[in-house]
Amino acid sequence: MNKITNNKAWFLVLPVFFIVAISAIIPLMTVVNYSVQDIFDPQTRFFVGTEWFEQVLADRRLHDALIRQIVYTMSVLFIEVPLGIAVALTLPRNGWGVSASMVLLALPLLIPWNVVGTIWQIFGRADIGLGGYVINLMGIDYNYAQNPMDAWLTVLVMDVWHWTSLIVLLCYAGLRSIPDAYYQAAKIDGASRWAVFRFIQLPKMQSVLVIGVLLRFMDSFMIYTEPFVLTGGGPGNATTFLSQFLTRMAVGQFDLGPAAAFSLVYFLIILLVCWVFYTVVMNAGKQGEQ
Amino acid sequence: MQFQKRHIGLLLYILFLLLPIYWLFNMSIKTNTEILGAMTLFPDNPTLANYATILTDPAWYTGYINSMIYVGINVVISLLVALPAAYAFSRFNFTGDKHLFFWLLTNRMAPPAVFLLPFFQLYSSVGLFDTHIAVALAHCLFNVPLAVWILEGFMSGIPKEIDETAYVDGYSFPRFFTTIFIPLIRSGIGVTAFFCFMFSWVELLLARTLTSVEAKPIAATMTRTVSASGLDWGVLAAAGVLTIVPGALVIWFVRNYIAKGFAMGRV
Repeated sequence: MNKITNNKAWFLVLPVFFIVAISAIIPLMTVVNYSVQDIFDPQTRFFVGTEWFEQVLADRRLHDALIRQIVYTMSVLFIEVPLGIAVALTLPRNGWGVSASMVLLALPLLIPWNVVGTIWQIFGRADIGLGGYVINLMGIDYNYAQNPMDAWLTVLVMDVWHWTSLIVLLCYAGLRSIPDAYYQAAKIDGASRWAVFRFIQLPKMQSVLVIGVLLRFMDSFMIYTEPFVLTGGGPGNATTFLSQFLTRMAVGQFDLGPAAAFSLVYFLIILLVCWVFYTVVMNAGKQGEQ
Repeated sequence: MQFQKRHIGLLLYILFLLLPIYWLFNMSIKTNTEILGAMTLFPDNPTLANYATILTDPAWYTGYINSMIYVGINVVISLLVALPAAYAFSRFNFTGDKHLFFWLLTNRMAPPAVFLLPFFQLYSSVGLFDTHIAVALAHCLFNVPLAVWILEGFMSGIPKEIDETAYVDGYSFPRFFTTIFIPLIRSGIGVTAFFCFMFSWVELLLARTLTSVEAKPIAATMTRTVSASGLDWGVLAAAGVLTIVPGALVIWFVRNYIAKGFAMGRV
């Protein structure tokens, strides 16, 4: 669509600019302020330059948390994306089944995140939870509160449970936009099921998949509440991801300087990915118009 | 709808989704003795006592009211500011539009943990700490960009000829916008409201940090109860079930648009 150039449009954007500035720029400047100062109390503060940044970037515990975070995010993507596509392909195309599946699939997305943690905390316990009980019944010694591997897997399964629906709904939106004529043409050509998927369905899902993959990337990269409720970051540090680490540093130990410096680094990582995301989506949009 | 073999996979997946929720519900209608005593798929003596506890104890039910209030305020604010902005982005080129749009998106991607402490200090210093409006404003951080984004997608689907015809017919911009344009994108507005509701309803970290007593959300009431008073599993489960209900009701209204909404109106 051709757009008119008109700078008066800024007046329409001003309210958004104003409200986001209050809730984003001022807090961010506070963080920058902390990251370069050593603060004992409101009257006693020293400018320390990049000291906090150096200290944080050299922190072994941070490196560990970062590696855990990357492994976790990658696992999430490798499970949720193929599973989401597979489920989307099985969804009915019309009839009452569509509405029913939509509502059931969207249900986990609308549960407050700490309740998601509570649900799995209960479900996974061997004494009162169905999941943990059944696994132990099968002779596997499973206890997410003590065994780091069990804890990690539980958080992962919880995330799959919680967020795969997002990918399903996105893919389904893409699939619905395929005209029936495409399928008929494929039938006439005698295309195999795989060929239909590879050359008709996958290309149509591409743009929504980009949104899905990147939303999942960001959100799993910032995951906090669910593991906090389920495992509290433990046992040991097995499920301490970046947000957990940061919150512990800022609110738990009140190390404002390092926490602020780390916040900025964290934010920059997300910003970088966000930029890639934005560019890819916008380019995909342009290709779609041509 | 005809039943086909591929639906088995779907049913299995939905079973996987519903099982933990069912278990929560199952626990919420049991007594604590039964929860801790035996593993039963169905409660022996179903009881509503846990729900009664929540609905009669102000410490519990005010949590729901607080959550509803700040979610409501947030949805209204987000829609009011996002509507004109989305229109501007979908119809006009203006200086800095691309950068502004990108900057808005970065806020959707910012980890709430980063903003935790600054928000706390900002709202404390202006006396808004522990008010509903503070949480509503804090949630604008990610909801306003999201609302702009989704609405822009829906608005771009409306042909521009409609605007032009209206202006030729002598409509002023505000009159055109409120009487013609908004009714045209009402499904988009519904979906946007749904998403703002959803992300404000599920968020806990900021809501918990910015409140203590007066505006404490139900989610925070739950976590605090777990740590404070030992483990009253039945009541905890009942509280959890009650937090799922509003979401489930809201989905029903947007079920036909939900897929498009998740694709940010871009399919």
